[in-house]
Amino acid sequence: MTWVNIIVQGALLGGFYALFAIGLSMSFGIMRLVNIAHGDLIVLSAYVALVATWYTGLDPFLSLVIVLPVMFAVGYLLQRGVLNQTLSGGLLPPLLVTFGISIIIQNALLQGFGAYDHRLQEGSIETASLQAGDFFVGVYPLLVFAVAVACIAGLQFLFYRTRLGRAFRAVSDDSDTAELMGIDNRKLYAVAFGIAMIFTALAGVLFGIRTIFAPLSGPIRLILAFEAVIIGGLGSMWGTLIGGVVLGLAQAIGAAFDPTWQILAGHLAFLAILIVRPSGLFPRTRD
Amino acid sequence: MTLLQTQNLSAFYGDFQALFDINVTVEQGETVAVIGANGAGKTTFLRALAGSLITPPQSIVFDGQPIGHKTPHEIVRLGIALVPEGRKLFPSLSVEENLLLGTHSERRGPWNLERIYRLFPRLHELRRLPAPSLSGGQQQMAAVGRALMSNPRLLLCDELSLGLAPVVIRDIYATLGTITAEGTTIVVVEQDINRALDASSRFYCLQEGRLALTAPTKDFNRAAITAAYFGLQGRAG
Repeated sequence: MTWVNIIVQGALLGGFYALFAIGLSMSFGIMRLVNIAHGDLIVLSAYVALVATWYTGLDPFLSLVIVLPVMFAVGYLLQRGVLNQTLSGGLLPPLLVTFGISIIIQNALLQGFGAYDHRLQEGSIETASLQAGDFFVGVYPLLVFAVAVACIAGLQFLFYRTRLGRAFRAVSDDSDTAELMGIDNRKLYAVAFGIAMIFTALAGVLFGIRTIFAPLSGPIRLILAFEAVIIGGLGSMWGTLIGGVVLGLAQAIGAAFDPTWQILAGHLAFLAILIVRPSGLFPRTRD
Repeated sequence: MTLLQTQNLSAFYGDFQALFDINVTVEQGETVAVIGANGAGKTTFLRALAGSLITPPQSIVFDGQPIGHKTPHEIVRLGIALVPEGRKLFPSLSVEENLLLGTHSERRGPWNLERIYRLFPRLHELRRLPAPSLSGGQQQMAAVGRALMSNPRLLLCDELSLGLAPVVIRDIYATLGTITAEGTTIVVVEQDINRALDASSRFYCLQEGRLALTAPTKDFNRAAITAAYFGLQGRAG
């Protein structure tokens, strides 16, 4: 029974990693933008929620009403004002610019909040659990997993059933020809990054409720998000969920042997999959 | 009425000049051919009209409005649609989704999915398939349909015949009549001189980025075209 527990915990942890990865996967899929600042934007979202809870007294869940639009705007303006200028020169310029943004966010947060750990307090739901025999599932991880599945289903709907999603896929295929169809690529990219940032903000707030965060906790989030995306295969949203679950499982199983193995086991699983299937489990994006 | 006029249109790829002082006039409702050998500047000319190349504002005037400086997405909204060379369908979209992309120009007019499927009945049967699974001719029909979905006033067709069987080319060219019947003006670019001249009322011949010859197609002189096409003017024989 302990092993069933471990597997379930690990799979549910995968929901977090999938949430981390959605925004990254979107911006790479649509704009071929490798966003090094992704982890820091997750952390920034948690701080925005923290400030929102301070000033409005809302609990972290309700603060999403403020955090999501704010982060959409941050994403839209970042793409419009900065990242769009980097997209014509290959992969390197966006890499360098987002690396710069990462450093700016980290230092701005250090300046504003100090190097302290913070947490978002959501109350009893954090520790509530469901029990069946000697089998326990945390309510909160279950909720997060459900949110991740819902987000991916929603994105799938957006991409394959709506006019906006059709434009996203067309631009991803061939941005020059999409422009000839009347699509303003720069505006579309800004909308895409804004939407990606909504998922990023959701990930930031949900993780901020689960665990502590500090100004410099972005890069580890970035690595987990990268690993989930790569394991799942570039461009595949459901693959990203599977990638997150694989990471979560590897960490849970590693931790079951020895708690110090948790993080390393995730990375080793990632390396193993890279060796066996270099383009991930369900690759879709071609280049 | 003059729909499109280029005034000393020059275009560059970096430092390389691809077009030199091109003056072309297209009247509302007519079909004009632009012919020329490989590398004569035909595709560059269409790309400049569609906004993919940066040109001075006044060098291209569409419906009385200077558009040389406008971006491709602005130009298609004004009513110029390009059927690009090599068709350039979106590979991860279905045939119907490719057609629907034409609606992003937000222009109203006679063309909609139903009309396109009436013009190209095969596309209706194939509409759910991914674009790359179509044959070359079917892809060309989809590319023409996609451009028509933007309800253009001016349709630019780049090498419709490229890589297609003669019988397929004939079918596709046969539809141009239906398109002009809706009042759409057409500019066709072709290497295949006969095909281009059959379809058009006037032609321009480009040679190494310059206009070498222009005339109504009904009184063209085969020898003059050949000379202009291959750049033989002024030579003995």
